[in-house]
Amino acid sequence: MSTDTATADTHTEHDPHATNTGISNNKLAMWLFLGTECLLFGGLISTYLLYKTRGNGKTLPTDIFDIPFTSVSSFVLLMSSLTMVLALSSLQRGDVERSRGWLLTTAMLGSVFIGGQVYEFTSFYREGIGYTTNPASSAFFTLTGFHGIHVSLGILMLMSLVVASVQGRLKPQNAETVEIIGLYWHFVDIVWIFIFTVIYLIPAE
Amino acid sequence: MATSEEPLALESGQADIAERPLGVMTRPQGGNGWRDWLSSVDHKKIGIMYGIAAMFFFVVGGIEALLLRTQLAFPEQGFLSPQLYNELFTMHGVTMVFLFIMPLAAAFANYLIPLQIGARDVAFPRLNALSFWTWVSGAIFLNSSWLVGGGGADCGWFCYSPNSGITFSPTHGVDFYAIGLLIAGIASLVSAVNLIVTVLNMRAPGMSLFRMPVLTWMLLVTQFLLAFALPVITVALFLLIFDRVFDSQFFDPEAGADPLLWQHLFWIFGHPEVYIIILPSFGIISEIIPTFSRKPIFGYSFMVFSGIAIGFMGWGVWAHHMFVSGIGPISVLAFSLSTMFIAVPTGVKVLNWLATMWGGKLRFTAPMLFAVGTVAMFTIGGLSGVTHSLAPADTQQTDTYYIVAHFHYVIFGGGVLGLMGGAYFWWPKVFGYMLNETRGKIHFWMMLVGFNLTFGPMHVLGLQGMSRRIDTYSEGFGFDFWNLVATLGSYVIAISVAYFFYNTVVSRKEAVDLPPPGPDPWDARSLEWMLPSPTPEHNFDVIPTIESQDEWWHRKYGYDEDHNVIRIATIEEVAQKGDAVGVHLPSPSFWPLVLAVGMPLIGYGIIFNLWLCVLGGLLTGGAIFAWVLEPVDDPDAGHGHDGDHSDHSDDDDDGDAVAVGADDSAGGA
Repeated sequence: MSTDTATADTHTEHDPHATNTGISNNKLAMWLFLGTECLLFGGLISTYLLYKTRGNGKTLPTDIFDIPFTSVSSFVLLMSSLTMVLALSSLQRGDVERSRGWLLTTAMLGSVFIGGQVYEFTSFYREGIGYTTNPASSAFFTLTGFHGIHVSLGILMLMSLVVASVQGRLKPQNAETVEIIGLYWHFVDIVWIFIFTVIYLIPAE
Repeated sequence: MATSEEPLALESGQADIAERPLGVMTRPQGGNGWRDWLSSVDHKKIGIMYGIAAMFFFVVGGIEALLLRTQLAFPEQGFLSPQLYNELFTMHGVTMVFLFIMPLAAAFANYLIPLQIGARDVAFPRLNALSFWTWVSGAIFLNSSWLVGGGGADCGWFCYSPNSGITFSPTHGVDFYAIGLLIAGIASLVSAVNLIVTVLNMRAPGMSLFRMPVLTWMLLVTQFLLAFALPVITVALFLLIFDRVFDSQFFDPEAGADPLLWQHLFWIFGHPEVYIIILPSFGIISEIIPTFSRKPIFGYSFMVFSGIAIGFMGWGVWAHHMFVSGIGPISVLAFSLSTMFIAVPTGVKVLNWLATMWGGKLRFTAPMLFAVGTVAMFTIGGLSGVTHSLAPADTQQTDTYYIVAHFHYVIFGGGVLGLMGGAYFWWPKVFGYMLNETRGKIHFWMMLVGFNLTFGPMHVLGLQGMSRRIDTYSEGFGFDFWNLVATLGSYVIAISVAYFFYNTVVSRKEAVDLPPPGPDPWDARSLEWMLPSPTPEHNFDVIPTIESQDEWWHRKYGYDEDHNVIRIATIEEVAQKGDAVGVHLPSPSFWPLVLAVGMPLIGYGIIFNLWLCVLGGLLTGGAIFAWVLEPVDDPDAGHGHDGDHSDHSDDDDDGDAVAVGADDSAGGA
């Protein structure tokens, strides 16, 4: 396996200089993908904004938001962006061990956020807001659920990096891979800032 | 490491390949057996497969159309039941849009973009294979609803709610529609990202953006539209499937949901979709018309910028599909105006094509006939489109056959005719033999006449008040005659398509006795014509350095002191030989196919039994990990890095699949 990785390494080293834009193919593709994701979340956020007051006579998600709790889990998610940057920076400086630690921390912080979301969904369900209760609840669970799935996939990618790092296959010359997954991770965080502001902080009239 | 004594990297590594990602499958090594098509990551093979599959679904959608027209040939026929009629027109629309014309455009994009920008392949060859196989699995999934879903979707191709809900559409047809289009959407999204990166990053030295052929430009705009339009319909389809399977409340008016949500989401995707369909055809005829007018394209930068303008403005006109849905006078006014405005860049294009032909030495070959036919028919469709921007008139025309006439003039007249022209134009480049010209011209005239017979009368029927999607009509409404004409016309189209297939087969047999077409049978202008026909597996022996627009033309022709065009080199002198050795190409892979097979299993699982989802998820997830662990380039395949380029002294290529820095040795004059 080591020779394979070496081959791949020379390519990642080589590509950025060969492209017309100076940005490697992989990174450009990730930027484009994130651009398309903006429209995905744009559609979901618009749907929620359209439906947030349509309760069909039942409880609305906005009636029972626990802002302090969600603020804490939002803060945890934001901090995971910081640790992601630290992971990349350590790897770029050649400190593989430390970068592994920061990657693991990032994944852990992401998991805490997901745990918070599971708790929130459960408590909503106990208070009588299920997925099928009303248009507002369907839109709320779909939007935050899509975001949760994105975070979970990010955690999966981070853990794959950690495993690769343990196996000794994540070397400083692979820093761009970490950077690209970092782009995804930061994007998911930024989307959450939007969701938190638009959905939780702006009160329904 | 294999040595470069072997002719090409792909065929050189047959030795012991120990690479078994996850210990499952041996790395395929390339060749021409059926396994090599299944595992191919070659953009040309993938393009050909896209083309063949698209033509197959053209036949499927065409048969559906013939059944519809047969039902409508005479008043009060009972040939099709109303329910079956609903399913057929829905599946006809979905098939033609998503399974025929988009993939046929993808065939051209895959095959031609790398050739026109001077690249060895696309940026992500395996993702390219994934796009194709995912699209195939989505297409098969969608059509499998005829067999296992209790019939096709019956909600019309835009599937308005609440018609798409369980109440009004109790079979699984709409489930198959939603999940099938989601899978096909993943394919198009991956392909869009891949091709955008290819165009932005992998151009040959000197190939600046404004030296790219207009076709590549229009395909680039198309990919941007796809990349940003598909996520919106993805949202809509997810909401629809959640409503139907998980009982969410997005489209249930009784629970206070808004049916207009679907219409907005659908048409925010749906109107850019119209340009996704038409722009590749615009690009194709922008290559054909200059070639057969022996003139450069008139106003290249106007062509490019009007294409970009269409790309932007296409986002601001969606609600003209919704003038009668009660969106309010301000919205109607705004979208009326934007709809009128978007006619301007399209008009610029039509004028530029005419100006390109003006004063040119015209040769009316089969591709040129199709190109000119496209301009004429698209202009008719465009003009009837402008009549829709007048909201009062549109209110009268909505859901009548006038609309059906309009969009078939745009999509068939503007889209399909152009793509057929492209098929005739690039056929020798792809398959190494020419399609017979006489039969090509007969095909064109049959198709043009059949097309106008079918869709021309629909203008009249629509203005007479015949509503769209009605499974029959009564005698005495005055609909009889033109419906019969339209039905006869549709059979003429069917015969012309059959004749096209006949032409491809017979021309291939006849080509054995004819001289080969050579690299450049049409005396054309862009880079792909400097390569032998059919294109060699490695594309360019040496990546050319680009010095001007229409690079290939300028390698053949120069100017004398009186500024007359003179020939400065023969094709043989400046064309590449296709005999490079030791060119390193991306290695084939089975994982895209495996990943694509997993997705419809998830789809069946959502509809029938969630355990199937587990199976599909394992297949998909496993394939992703195997894919990541599989190196992009097989380390055992021949590598240019070994430095033994043996007998090709000019080949300065560093042997990389993404090599764009190689010297040019084939520059003419």
